[in-house]
Amino acid sequence: MTMYLVIAVVILFFVVIFQIAKASEYVAVLKGEKNSKLQSNKINGFLMVVFLVLGLIGVWYCNELLFPKTLFRFGSASVQGEKVDSMLWVTIAVTGSVFIATQILLFWFAYKYQEKPGKKVFYFPHNTNLELLWTVVPAIVLTVLVVIGLRNWFSFTSEAPKDAMVIEVTGKQFGWIFRYPGADNQLGKKYYKNIDNASNSLGLVWDDKMSQDDIVTEQTVYIVKDKPCKFIIGSRDVIHDVGLSQFRMKMDAVPGIPTTMWFTPKYTTKEMQERTGNPNFAYEISCDQMCGNGHYSMKGIIQVVTQSEYDEWMAKQKPYYYTAFPDKEPSNSKPSVDSTKKVVVFKEISNTQKSNSKI
Amino acid sequence: MSSEVALDFHSGVSSLHDTHHSHDEHHHHETFISKYVFSMDHKMIAKQFLITGMFWAVLGGFMSVLFRLQLGYPDSTFPWLEDILGKWAKGGHITPEAYYALVTTHGTVLVFFVLTAGLSGTFANFLIPLQVGARDMASPFMNMLSFWFFFTAGIVMLSSIFVETGPFSGGWTAYPPLSALGDASPGSKTGMDLWIVSMALFVVSSLLGGLNYIATVLNMRTKGMSMTRLPLTIWALFFTAVLGVLSFPVLFSGFILLIFDRNFGTSFYLSDIFVNGAGALPNEGGSAILYQHLFWFLGHPEVYIILLPAMGMVSEILSTNARKPIFGYMAMIGSMFAIAILAFLVWAHHMFVTGLNPFLGSIFVLLTLLIAVPSAIKVFNWLTTLWRGNIRFTPAMLFAIGFVSLFISGGLTGIWLGNSALDIHLHDTYFVIAHFHIVMGVASMFGMFAGIYHWFPKMYGRFLNNTLGYVHFWITIAGAYLIFWPMHYEGLAGMPRRYYDYSIWESFKQFSDLNRFISTVAMIVFATQILFLANFFYSIFKGRKLRTANPWGSNTLEWTTPIKPGHGNWPGEIPEVYRWAYDYGKDGTDFISQTTPVGADESVH
Repeated sequence: MTMYLVIAVVILFFVVIFQIAKASEYVAVLKGEKNSKLQSNKINGFLMVVFLVLGLIGVWYCNELLFPKTLFRFGSASVQGEKVDSMLWVTIAVTGSVFIATQILLFWFAYKYQEKPGKKVFYFPHNTNLELLWTVVPAIVLTVLVVIGLRNWFSFTSEAPKDAMVIEVTGKQFGWIFRYPGADNQLGKKYYKNIDNASNSLGLVWDDKMSQDDIVTEQTVYIVKDKPCKFIIGSRDVIHDVGLSQFRMKMDAVPGIPTTMWFTPKYTTKEMQERTGNPNFAYEISCDQMCGNGHYSMKGIIQVVTQSEYDEWMAKQKPYYYTAFPDKEPSNSKPSVDSTKKVVVFKEISNTQKSNSKI
Repeated sequence: MSSEVALDFHSGVSSLHDTHHSHDEHHHHETFISKYVFSMDHKMIAKQFLITGMFWAVLGGFMSVLFRLQLGYPDSTFPWLEDILGKWAKGGHITPEAYYALVTTHGTVLVFFVLTAGLSGTFANFLIPLQVGARDMASPFMNMLSFWFFFTAGIVMLSSIFVETGPFSGGWTAYPPLSALGDASPGSKTGMDLWIVSMALFVVSSLLGGLNYIATVLNMRTKGMSMTRLPLTIWALFFTAVLGVLSFPVLFSGFILLIFDRNFGTSFYLSDIFVNGAGALPNEGGSAILYQHLFWFLGHPEVYIILLPAMGMVSEILSTNARKPIFGYMAMIGSMFAIAILAFLVWAHHMFVTGLNPFLGSIFVLLTLLIAVPSAIKVFNWLTTLWRGNIRFTPAMLFAIGFVSLFISGGLTGIWLGNSALDIHLHDTYFVIAHFHIVMGVASMFGMFAGIYHWFPKMYGRFLNNTLGYVHFWITIAGAYLIFWPMHYEGLAGMPRRYYDYSIWESFKQFSDLNRFISTVAMIVFATQILFLANFFYSIFKGRKLRTANPWGSNTLEWTTPIKPGHGNWPGEIPEVYRWAYDYGKDGTDFISQTTPVGADESVH
């Protein structure tokens, strides 16, 4: 009912505006075209300045309102991301000042040089010096930005340090699978045709000894504070993207072509919860590449912990090999408490996803 | 030699039309079909492009309202949605499938059907013959085909909305494997087949049109109209056509490979894939990234295909209404040329986070930021054009000024995104949405509106209502900034694009109020565009009639034709051109038409 009311009001509003506009046209004809043109010119010239002033106030107000909601209040959560932030400030200083200067000139000129009867314009078709000025100055400024940008770019994309922990991240519709190299510190071979959702979600080649101690988890990955962490990223089906906004990092997950990314986390998840004052804070992995209808729910969690917490957690993990071949497990008695817990967590997440998609 | 042939052709056509016009002002032998449907008059074809483009703009715009409804009010239900969308909005709540289909179709339709066909299709067709001084296009028949291929492309796209599995829903860029595998997404089944067919037809349309525009500009200029006397609109439309002709075939090749992967078991883009429900696919050895290279080799020039016509028209309109020559005419052509060249050398900046070789990435950073130089030249030249002018705020002029403002705002954020190290953080977030909607979407839309308001009197012999034009402008520019400016902040928070619902995300859910605000403004702005359409269609029939042939006091040739030019444009000889198009305010004269011979006492610029 309210819907129809709203539509009726909108239509009424339209008709009123339309009629006023039509009437104003008749009035213009009666008053003489010249006078009415001059009048509307004055109004629009004035509105130019109004728009400029309100616009600049709006830009400031928008910043007051929304800046605290961005990530920059707390800075980057990775060492590499600090460079992104500092570069961002330089860029915002440059583009911001150009923005303000040119917008002021544009709307001010529009106001100042509005039509006045009998005014002679300045016939000014070109001026080589001016044109050179605004070719050369932007070129120099941009060169500076390019140099800063490329220095950072090469440092982000450089080889990860030798002591970095290596974790394989695999995207699938719609979730994340993580693989740790296990005791031998080597990721074993895998082949996609071995994939079996129940017992071999990554298609590990079990004949390869190096695969047999690999540890596989879903949805949540543990990494260590202050220790460089290298992700080897891939996808099982379509293109996904590992988006880590708090770390200022992002890399696509492409089927068949492994990509890499490395960074050094600065704060544990707990520390971030305290810094942000948000007890629910989590380092979320967002899929940033359209991957299907569940794209929006493709969430992973990075738990940044201290080395000792990590070691403790890792000690509880069992190689994935034993999930595929439970009889080979040395202490083959009852399923460990932890692995059931993991399954419960995963179920919860998939349940929330299901219920979300049902809404 | 070629010019002689062209002249002969002219005289042939003009004599035909002279005799024709002598006994009847109208084309009595024309039937409804040949005049309004399968017309070969460039002016009618332009109107066909424009009105078809408007249809798609309304549909594409309405789609954005629908998905903004989901983003702004994720917890509300709208029963009327179920009435129009059926199973795609069960219980009055858009499903994710429908949401992604809407987002995808909105993007495809607005980029290709509205801002490519609707913009350059309309104004290249309308202005090129009129402003270079030609009776019609080089090939009126190809021109007609160009429209009908576009129309057919539209029909196919429209039909995809009614398929059981839904229209394509993998984003307008259609990246495989998602777009190649029906098992990965229902939208990639029949919907995707129709999407590719539609796009293929569109490429054909665009090539037929583009070749025609190039041929006409190069060969059919009237006597005295040297290339450096062309209005900037024509230069812009010329570069646009060149970009299209060189880049659309590459997109087409990408589509062909995609069709093979989808239907004939090849592995151009596919490798190592296991799809839930379908198991491991046999394809090995392909590269999903190859498609992105082929796509963006068109995709980036496409941005300039959209932007350049707007730039050209804005230059013309700013100069005319400031009553002052465009500043730096040659620099304007030079910067458009530079943009046209660079457009082909920057495509991989859309692919910085695909795992691209970092060294290759660095080259693309350099070339991308280089585009800022010609863009800066253009902006400062426009500002200088306004400086010390005598500005008339016609609705067209307002939209032209709005274009410059939006081009600055959106262009500057390009400097952020083009720098790969910053792009790592901002890629595929709302920052990108804000950037390209402002600089490419809304700015070009403003260029299009400016063009429509400015040339409407030439198209229909009547004026649009001014007051409605002013209302349209002020609401639209304020709305555009209110919608897209705050999105930069969402992007700075890392909020990814193409999400159906943010409520499960601790990192992004703080923007729910803002999303509601943006959606509300989007609806108001959309409604305002309906007001413009009402003005447009009302004025075609009932608008104030033109009494002089040259209402804006403009120098260019189209205003030397009769108020309602017939097929062939000029009743007599095609006028000869003696000067450039921008002699406004020279030696104290308000304007000097291009057809006025240079006087003996005239100063040389």
